[in-house]
Amino acid sequence: MLQVNGITKKFRGIVALDGVDFSLEKGEVHALLGENGAGKSTLINLIAGTFPWTEGSCTIGGQAVASLTPQTAREFGIAAVFQEFSLVPDLTVLENIFLGREQSTGPFLRRGEMRRAAEELLDELGFSVPLDEKVAFLSRAQKQMVEIAKALRSRPRVLILDEPTASLTDGEAEKLFSAMALLKARDVGIIYVSHRMSEIRNLSDRVTVLRGGRKIGTVVTADVSDDGLIEMMVGRPVEQLFPKIHHAPGPVRLEVAGLTTRDGSVIDASLVARAGEVVGLAGLVGCGRSELCRAIFGLETIESGEIRRGDRRVEKPTPADMLADNVCYFPADRGAEGLALIRSARENATMSSLGLPSLSTGPFLRFWRESDIIRKPLESLALRPMAPERKVSAFSGGNQQKVMLARGLMKPFEVYLFDEPTVGIDVGAKVDVYNLIKSLVEGGACVIVSTSELPELINLASRIYVMHEGRIVAELGESEHSEAQILSHYFGGQA
Amino acid sequence: MSSDTIVTRDVSTSGKRAGKPAAHQSSLLDRFLMQGGIVITFLVLAVVVTALMEPRFLNRLNLLNVMRNFSFLLIPSLAQMLVMTAGGFDLSVGAVLAISSVVTATVMLVAAQYLPGMEWALILLSLAAIIFVGAAIGLANAWLVAGFSLSPFMVTLAMMSVLMGIALYFTQGIPIYGVADSFVAVIGRGQFLGLPVVLYIGLIILAACIVLQRFTALGRHIYAVGSDQRSARLSGVRTGRTLAVAYVLAGMLAALTGFLMTARLGSGQSTIGDTLALQTIAAAVIGGVSLRGGVGRAEHVALAALFLAVVANAMNLIQVNSKYQTLVLGAVLIVALAIERLLLRRRTA
Repeated sequence: MLQVNGITKKFRGIVALDGVDFSLEKGEVHALLGENGAGKSTLINLIAGTFPWTEGSCTIGGQAVASLTPQTAREFGIAAVFQEFSLVPDLTVLENIFLGREQSTGPFLRRGEMRRAAEELLDELGFSVPLDEKVAFLSRAQKQMVEIAKALRSRPRVLILDEPTASLTDGEAEKLFSAMALLKARDVGIIYVSHRMSEIRNLSDRVTVLRGGRKIGTVVTADVSDDGLIEMMVGRPVEQLFPKIHHAPGPVRLEVAGLTTRDGSVIDASLVARAGEVVGLAGLVGCGRSELCRAIFGLETIESGEIRRGDRRVEKPTPADMLADNVCYFPADRGAEGLALIRSARENATMSSLGLPSLSTGPFLRFWRESDIIRKPLESLALRPMAPERKVSAFSGGNQQKVMLARGLMKPFEVYLFDEPTVGIDVGAKVDVYNLIKSLVEGGACVIVSTSELPELINLASRIYVMHEGRIVAELGESEHSEAQILSHYFGGQA
Repeated sequence: MSSDTIVTRDVSTSGKRAGKPAAHQSSLLDRFLMQGGIVITFLVLAVVVTALMEPRFLNRLNLLNVMRNFSFLLIPSLAQMLVMTAGGFDLSVGAVLAISSVVTATVMLVAAQYLPGMEWALILLSLAAIIFVGAAIGLANAWLVAGFSLSPFMVTLAMMSVLMGIALYFTQGIPIYGVADSFVAVIGRGQFLGLPVVLYIGLIILAACIVLQRFTALGRHIYAVGSDQRSARLSGVRTGRTLAVAYVLAGMLAALTGFLMTARLGSGQSTIGDTLALQTIAAAVIGGVSLRGGVGRAEHVALAALFLAVVANAMNLIQVNSKYQTLVLGAVLIVALAIERLLLRRRTA
């Protein structure tokens, strides 16, 4: 139904996509896999008409297409849901679904008709989103649903989904998957971009792997193993995604006793974390493990309980004090909470360390040293491209994550709090993050990792606390944490 | 389908929110605030307090005066609202008013030599002229803002300076007399069913703005562009054209105000409207128009304009020095801004 041949895209002479062939059948889910920068987003943007291709040809439904614009792509029945939403915050859900495609008689809107159509559409998808709520007040997951509904408004023949589950809980993702099955049955072709291997395995019929702007191959999903796909993606056999971490638990670096936050997201939580070990926080999204990390760093209001660093009690933690006290926190939402996207990688990397003697004398920055100082951390994290003066927003997700992590390397912190350190980044960057954690721990730091990826917990952590509805319900030592054991506590089961 | 039940259900399924208060519950207070509760409270307070303190306020002639001043503030405030909801500012409203007044009087004077005795033809001719001038200025503003991605604040500030300069140069600051008699008698000072003619004109424009905002795709596009231009463009909204419409409508409304003001004053004046930008922004903001665009409703702006007209009238009645009057206007604006921000924080907390 959709076929592109030898498609090439150059940006100012730099080849982003090099002679790629891609085809999509009716009713097929075709997954696109590749590291960040492999050309996935270039390819889907070309198909969605965001920018023109440099060379190559395209046929849609047997019809040759010389070029595509967002408008013509839409007319050909191509709809895209990108990671960055195209929703207007001050309009309601209903208004957003029809934005730019309002049904009207002359200048006047046919409001009743649009409402009925939107209700039908959301019903069909099984999404429950209040139609009259302003989009600004929706959760990210709800926004994602609205964005999908909006794309489907035009009854597309080709639907492009760019990491649609990145912000959804498992239950919400299930709804999306059943909606995809429905579309499939209606002969809609779906191009699906995701980093989650299990999704690709369960949903897709074929997978196309891209690397460095070239197509490595297209395979039938059922015919290839996960390791095979990863090998195609990174270009070398992946014996081990996870490095072997040597844990050497030393003195207690952080102790939390009976911590309860004012909003009730964490209730009576107690934990101990030592130097030289990785402590995992497990649990469903929303179980309170993110909030626990945030509370320790002073980002949630604490109702009762205490936080101890060594033998000293921390009264009212604030981010500035905790940083000064050698505690470093990496938020899950790097775009909103971690990085100043319009500033350079250099400024972002040094942002929380400007007070260090190596970087300033009194109120004056020793700016001439800044570039030197950040070089090592950024190199050890393998920032790609190694361009510290570039705006952070110009880097891929994985490399943005590295810029944020570089902050933790500016000085030797004692405690590192990672909240979802690998969310939305590719396998290659994940391995870089795992190696960073390994080197921190083996260097004697205390690392706390909160993550929804079970394999990460099992392979990285020496001890795991499982949380459920704000409480810590289990503590599992190294010998005890298999996937099944962790999961048995996810829903509050007692050990 | 009750929206409340859906909100609750969603909050419980979306685990991320569990344990935290719901992101947004439509409490009675919220609904009151959304429906212009603040500005209605301000207005009722102002009317009651003024009426109690100064019985002359309820005098028929005085109320007529309030209505007239209200209309002269209402029309440019709606202009300001259109631009602000589209994510911009129009600091040039006052200057457009002055230019329009000068053009109105000049066109009438000049054309009177060719069309002696045809007063209504003169009036219509000058109306056409100022609508054209207002639209052209609005288009120029939009072209600079959208075409060059310049800050609307700076573009319209510079435009204000240019237009004021032209108006002053052209007139040397001297009023242009000799407008048509029926222009003054019917439009400027006329009444219909006991109410000023300008009030009807203002209310017709208000109704048109309400229809535009609620019932047309164009109105919705103006909100969309003001709220998030990138998203609006990605959704297929012609953002440049939408902005142009907002600025052009604003220019035309400001020009119309100048036209009506000329009828009221009986002469073309280049010095009117110098504080209008602040006043219209004040009316818009008190009426709940967001400074960041995307939010604001015509009927609330109208209430705010009425509130400001009542406050100004009250200060005149109790003979507050005109210097203190600007002080009060500024203070009222600051209070309104602070309240807007407090509520915004509460709702998104």
